[in-house]
Amino acid sequence: MSDVVKLETAPRDPRFPSTNQTMTCWVRYLEWKRCQSKDGEDSDECKKLRRWAYAMCPIDWVERWEEQQQDGTFPGPKFE
Amino acid sequence: MKFFFFSFINYKVLNDAARPWQIGFQDPATPIMEGIVNLHHDIIFFLIIIIIFVSWILFRTLFLFNSKTNPVAYNFSHGTFIELLWTLTPSLVLIGIAVPSFALLYSIDEIIDPAITIKAVGRQWYWSYEYSDYVNEENEFLAFHSYILPEEDLELGQFRLLEVDNRIIIPVNTHIRIIVTGADVIHSWAVPSLGVKCDAIPGRLNQISFFIKREGIYYGQCSEICGVNHGFMPIVIEAVSFDDYIRWVQNKILD
Repeated sequence: MSDVVKLETAPRDPRFPSTNQTMTCWVRYLEWKRCQSKDGEDSDECKKLRRWAYAMCPIDWVERWEEQQQDGTFPGPKFE
Repeated sequence: MKFFFFSFINYKVLNDAARPWQIGFQDPATPIMEGIVNLHHDIIFFLIIIIIFVSWILFRTLFLFNSKTNPVAYNFSHGTFIELLWTLTPSLVLIGIAVPSFALLYSIDEIIDPAITIKAVGRQWYWSYEYSDYVNEENEFLAFHSYILPEEDLELGQFRLLEVDNRIIIPVNTHIRIIVTGADVIHSWAVPSLGVKCDAIPGRLNQISFFIKREGIYYGQCSEICGVNHGFMPIVIEAVSFDDYIRWVQNKILD
């Protein structure tokens, strides 16, 4: 039964030990984007980083950043 | 099941929601809340001893040293020993309280590698929950809104102003991470039985974690005044066994 539903999530990040996890979300998102530009979207590493980014960030936030990436108005670093 | 005449002695109903005129705590369901309750009880024990001692001194001073019994006033103005005593004793008491209090405070902040992350987003005036660890075949995340049940929809035994249409389902004996944020104004996600209260601030993600020890239904409410319907956005957590949780997630994904 549990082979369909895996019980795993983004691990505790020792870089961000405090209650405020806003930076964790931002950094996880950028790590996913960096991986995408380096290894391509379908690599296992990028899929894992995508899961971790979505685990730490509200869906609304990620969707907004994705739209900004497409419009060219994303305020963060761009990975070519 | 065998019936024992005195079996009712061991039988108790745990209290996981607020009662009318309640002045005590709700029953703890996490080690953190057990710690909070124990610390409170320990401090109250010493507090009562101190209250009795101070009242006794005050009583003696008022009744034994008044103008009738002592027409000639004492003329000393200083006593080094008593000054030392009433300065050092309260400091030692405060240090005695600080040690277990800080130990508890830092154990609350401790984040153990969680198995599940749930995001709670406060909105005017309901909560949205995201279980982003799970996706369906169309790559959609398990997410839902949780609205209060209006009074006319309540069934017998349900709590007024506390029931919601979609409860959060959480497995017992599992480390849970909750990421709390707000979408419009500041809210606060609080469940007394679990010993958690965390402000939901727009643009910021706050993290709390807990470990539920027993199955049950836990009730909480928004705890930061957030507008006209602040009192009508309750929180309901249903703690279930691990197998039931997996079954629930599968059904939700298939929906």
